[in-house]
Amino acid sequence: MTHPTLTGAEILWATLVGEGVTTVFGYPGGAILPAYDALRKFPIHHVLTRHEQGAAHMADGYARASGKVGVAIATSGPGATNLVTGIATAMLDSIPIVCITGQVSSKVLGSDAFQEIDITGITLPITKHNFVATRAEEIAPMIREAFQIAASGRPGPVLVDITKDAQQGTALFNFEESAPDPFRPHPMLRAESTEVSRAIELMRASHRPVILAGHGIIHSAAEREVRAFAERYQIPVATTLLGLGAFPASHPLALGMMGMHGESWVNHAIQQADLLLAFGMRFDDRVTGNLASYAPNAKKIHIEIDPSEINKNVLVDVALIGDLKEVLGTMEPLIHDKSYLADATSDNNTSQWLREIGAMKGDAAVRDIINLPDNGHLYAAHVINDIWQEAKAAGRLDKTIIATDVGQHQMWEAQYFKHEDTRTLITSGGLGTMGFALPAAIGAKMARPDCDVWCIAGDGGFQMTASELSTIGQENLHINVAIINNGFLGMVRQWQEAFYDKNYACSPILSPDFVKLAGAHGIPGAHVAERKDVTPTVTKARTGSSPFVINFSVEKEDGVYPMIAPGSALHEMVLRPNPLIETAEDE
Amino acid sequence: MLHTFVALVDDKPGTLTRVASLFRRLNVNIVSLTVGESERDGISRMTIVCDAPEHAADRIRASLYKLESTRDVDELGRSEAVIRELCLIKIAAGPNSPHGQHSRSQIFELANVFRARVVDLAPESIMLEMTGAASKIEGLLQVLRESNFEILEVSRTGRMAMRRGHHTSRVLKALGTKTAEDTPVAFPDRPDTDDLPNQFSEHEA
Repeated sequence: MTHPTLTGAEILWATLVGEGVTTVFGYPGGAILPAYDALRKFPIHHVLTRHEQGAAHMADGYARASGKVGVAIATSGPGATNLVTGIATAMLDSIPIVCITGQVSSKVLGSDAFQEIDITGITLPITKHNFVATRAEEIAPMIREAFQIAASGRPGPVLVDITKDAQQGTALFNFEESAPDPFRPHPMLRAESTEVSRAIELMRASHRPVILAGHGIIHSAAEREVRAFAERYQIPVATTLLGLGAFPASHPLALGMMGMHGESWVNHAIQQADLLLAFGMRFDDRVTGNLASYAPNAKKIHIEIDPSEINKNVLVDVALIGDLKEVLGTMEPLIHDKSYLADATSDNNTSQWLREIGAMKGDAAVRDIINLPDNGHLYAAHVINDIWQEAKAAGRLDKTIIATDVGQHQMWEAQYFKHEDTRTLITSGGLGTMGFALPAAIGAKMARPDCDVWCIAGDGGFQMTASELSTIGQENLHINVAIINNGFLGMVRQWQEAFYDKNYACSPILSPDFVKLAGAHGIPGAHVAERKDVTPTVTKARTGSSPFVINFSVEKEDGVYPMIAPGSALHEMVLRPNPLIETAEDE
Repeated sequence: MLHTFVALVDDKPGTLTRVASLFRRLNVNIVSLTVGESERDGISRMTIVCDAPEHAADRIRASLYKLESTRDVDELGRSEAVIRELCLIKIAAGPNSPHGQHSRSQIFELANVFRARVVDLAPESIMLEMTGAASKIEGLLQVLRESNFEILEVSRTGRMAMRRGHHTSRVLKALGTKTAEDTPVAFPDRPDTDDLPNQFSEHEA
């Protein structure tokens, strides 16, 4: 078989096609123009974004919704630097994306040529790896290796910088021979059998175990295994923000989200546990609270693919390094050998523990805003709850993807939208990137056109990337946008209220009329300010055929509770005010 | 305390930056770093000596493993490895130097005692080459200074290290070295101290 001689630009697209790419998100410019010139010959749909940051977030949302590698493409210089926030977002949440940037011709590299920037240098700390291709024949092997690195092990973003002359030059194209060596987990990075035995011993000795379910479950596609594990040994499951959806929220063993804004019983259960099984999570400061008093009586088993996470924040008793699915697969037969089963006759029965956790819920539900009588005010919690109820009533919980921005509405979403299915929540957890929601929702819709996609954003964050409304219009995507509009940078305001003597410095924000803004993009919308209008409007948006923007004017000075102040222990939380009927405006 | 890591890394542009950048990010100071060819094609060998708390070693090692360019990392204690450094020292040794006409013979004597070699002899200076443990080199330099010799230039390579005995790592065995023997690698070790491993900036007591 002979292999064709192609230009570097053609090799780029042909390699992407070979890797199974059907959609890329990008923005053309001088140094990447040869690639754009060749695009029309290949079956790849290019989504033109309004800003390269949007391209990176869309690739990110695409990857999170589909599990495939997302691809963003930009030109050199400012195009490349605009990707940086998006790449860092993907890095902190371990999302597999490949970013392709144009670069000035190799002959002028390092000469401060027009739109030249050292993007591989800039992205060194925020990529899993990056490459520079200066010749056409380097492109196919580099792109293929980039895909492998992005998706293997602990996933992450990879950047490939391709000079203009590499795109213009020619080379033989051989997709098969460009394959990197098959990915092999590092021999060192393996759960040792002695460690597995120690983990099982700890399980056998435990009466109050809790599983900490993290993002790793989704990356490892181990949702079924974790569920089976929890059910078999009757271990309650607390979830991190990025782990939401990995374990069904309505499951009797599901506790809910842990950490800074987790429900009180979840954090109390962790603090009182005698064994924590950390599945693909990294003991982030937002889930541990004060480390000195974190789960003081618990032995800790950490199943994690990245050894640099072991003993980083929390010292663990057993570390099982490897892919969660594989490690659980190795563990389970061994547990059966030792007849560890949570049946009524076993010493390891957890029913007493489950009853104790049930009792911890106390009056939390009574103080929940959802269960309080309508007082004429619209709360963000109502909006989230009603969007969830709408999806539930339509039987589309598994087909509803929520992309959130960062801040109060993000936490309310995590608390009130009960995610039953994996990959239904797309949110920036690690970096906390405002402006993430709208482009991520576009990426998710491109990946899963069969799903109802909601972008839930605050009035602040939405304006950071609101220009992508125009992308929605151009692509004619049915994405529903819910803007939780309280006239403040809400989380900033809440912190100022709690820790800065209510000095609301620069947190009040004046917004445009979002419905008119949507209208200018040819997108219909509606204002909602009363509880009774929420569900009809949400239904209208969901069942329509066009994108829809809803501006929810919610309670201005509402707070996210429970809340753990920085430096406080995980169980020292500020509960919801009781009752939360009075509001700032009533006073 | 000082940690000595030996890393086998891809011999490609940018690899040094990636390794150095990792230490920068962890806020760990590199005491010395040597890079050169290894016994394998396309693989460089780095010996990195850094000053970090005792419990930081595991995390530095794990972070080194995270780099795509890294093939293997080993941490060497002093007892189990040969650690050597090469040093060139140029000393003023002419009629106008502090010891005058007798400079040369005194330097020859010192060189003899410290097993250093004279590699260059000029009318006004002598260059010594010395290979050995860092402490030996520092010993020679100290004697030279305390004997009032004028040291004109010092160039040290930084430390190079290799495990003693018939040892090759488990990783190299997996990569296909014929002579490898299996050595148990207990990782990660739980540090004895309760200090958190990410507190690199704090100095040890």
